[in-house]
Amino acid sequence: MSEIILEVRGLRTAFHTEAGAWPAVDGVDLTVRRGEILGLVGESGSGKSVTGFSILGLIDPPGEVVSGTVLFKGQDLRKLDEESLRQLRGNRIAMIFQDPLMTLNPVLTVGEQMMEAILTHENVPTQQARERCREALAMVGIPAPDKRLNSYPHEFSGGMRQRVAIAIAMLNKPDLIICDEPTTALDVTIQGQILYRMQEICRQHNTALIWITHDLGVVAELADNVAVMYAGRIVESGPVAEVLEAPRHPYTKGLLESMPANSIPGTRLHQINGMAPSLAGRPQGCAFRPRCPYAIDRCAEEVPDVTEEGVRSFRCYVPIARETATA
Amino acid sequence: MTQQETPVIELRNVHKRFEQHPDLAQRLLALFGRPMELQTVHAVNGVDLTVNRGEVLGLVGESGCGKSTLGRIVAGLHRQTEGEVLYQGRSTKDLRGKDRLDYILGVQMIFQDPQASLNPRQRIRQILGEALKVHRLAPGAEIQQRIDKALSEVGLDKEYRDRFPHQISGGQRQRIGIARALMVSPKFLVCDEPVAALDVSIQAQVINLFMDLREQHGFTYLFISHDLGVVKHISDRVAIMYLGRIVEQAPAVEIFANANHPYTQALLAEVPDVKRRGRKFTPIQGEIPSPLNPPSGCTFHPRCPHATARCKEEVPVLKEIAPGHWSACHLNN
Repeated sequence: MSEIILEVRGLRTAFHTEAGAWPAVDGVDLTVRRGEILGLVGESGSGKSVTGFSILGLIDPPGEVVSGTVLFKGQDLRKLDEESLRQLRGNRIAMIFQDPLMTLNPVLTVGEQMMEAILTHENVPTQQARERCREALAMVGIPAPDKRLNSYPHEFSGGMRQRVAIAIAMLNKPDLIICDEPTTALDVTIQGQILYRMQEICRQHNTALIWITHDLGVVAELADNVAVMYAGRIVESGPVAEVLEAPRHPYTKGLLESMPANSIPGTRLHQINGMAPSLAGRPQGCAFRPRCPYAIDRCAEEVPDVTEEGVRSFRCYVPIARETATA
Repeated sequence: MTQQETPVIELRNVHKRFEQHPDLAQRLLALFGRPMELQTVHAVNGVDLTVNRGEVLGLVGESGCGKSTLGRIVAGLHRQTEGEVLYQGRSTKDLRGKDRLDYILGVQMIFQDPQASLNPRQRIRQILGEALKVHRLAPGAEIQQRIDKALSEVGLDKEYRDRFPHQISGGQRQRIGIARALMVSPKFLVCDEPVAALDVSIQAQVINLFMDLREQHGFTYLFISHDLGVVKHISDRVAIMYLGRIVEQAPAVEIFANANHPYTQALLAEVPDVKRRGRKFTPIQGEIPSPLNPPSGCTFHPRCPHATARCKEEVPVLKEIAPGHWSACHLNN
């Protein structure tokens, strides 16, 4: 197996409010190897984006990373000062956000923003930096990259803007890219194009990828491994094929069954009753218990520990049996 | 179509153009003899469509293809620039008085964003009771009963009556949007991306609700969505739209098994599928052209892998290629 790029252990991120500290991320463990694509799946409010932000140290007050270690190539990012973190961000670790219009500067041309990303981290001649920007734009499939370097973000369509964001993320050939729902706002044909580019680029440069999404379909097609989040915890993780074909956690099973693609058209969809608990109202013990058809008394008392089974792991006292677990 | 009863909704060659209003500078320049160059968006470009009683017609397309505009024309929220909309066999333009009210109340719309379509300053009971009050359809005491009944039909407790929209979750808000449509006992529901903003587990609950309501009330649906998985699940027939035109239309089973139009084929290939692993993506090229300046001929030709010279010049018409299966592509000739 290739080298471990990122190892997150016991990550907890809380938001301080007048009513106390609410844990948005509650003990998350993640391992990402070089060149691996990890799908981080969850519904809104499950803490998947906060996990991504916490890794990069982008949590602002009232939020705070309370405990845990974030080892990036063996170095604990939580112990680094702000200046050293800045040197890593956009250089060794990059992030791509859902809405590129929010992250691109509207008053700078795309070329100026891209140059900034290079010149912040390296001392290279302007001409050389510009050439690298041009190459990056060409790599993500933007036609006439020479001309487009002089365009402003508003002159691009949504899909093209996301390509620019990817090009900027790729400029310094990072070891890890964290993508927070980068194709959610795009049409399916454009999403297909972006997924294609990302997959190609990561294979070529052996870049590791954390792909945060709510869409299990995208994860199934793109990722090597998947981690399913619910109410701030990773409830199940493992290789995509194994987890999606034979889920062990009742939540994963419920999610898969509630997808129209997994049922016969015209029949009632399997539904998970109730809704995800709010940050303030998380139940004692396993957070999924009130919605879980298999819950036992013990589930209400304490949070299930992580059970490891080879490459897979899950947090459940009553996991779905292996034989019957075909979704 | 000879022996069948009149369709609930029939569209005949419907066009919708949005014209730019001249701004002050343009009007001033026009006074001095400079011709105004106003841009026109041809959002819906000659659509014929019928929706029969009790069926679910799925309308699929990407952003900007005109599917929402078409839905709004059906619901009477936009007036078509050209063409005719028939409600139960009669043109909606000719409807007056009670007949017109029948149409307005009979066709209800459910919107994508329940947050934006519910008045934040009204309580749920005011939101639900408003239509009955405005049209004087029921006395005050009965309105309360009907609110409770509508709430229970969408699976909400009647204690929600006194809440404000911000006090309930997104899935519950969408249920309120549905309950509001149910209040006036409609026959036809136009659903514009009703589950797009919801989480997967909540999405399943709302789709089940639509299917239950159809069984109980015999509703007819125009179900607008970009999500082919959802459309496949609940539709009887599917129409695919691209840049203001319907390019393919067929029974759901048929379209998912034998897609004919290259655009439909591309869409089907791009839909993420949980059953596919480690796919090698081979996406179709290009983006949806701007409706301000659509390509000549078949509007899909710049992205189509099979385009010929003829596609650039001549607009293909919808032709029946199998019983009930219509497609607009020159390749079928």
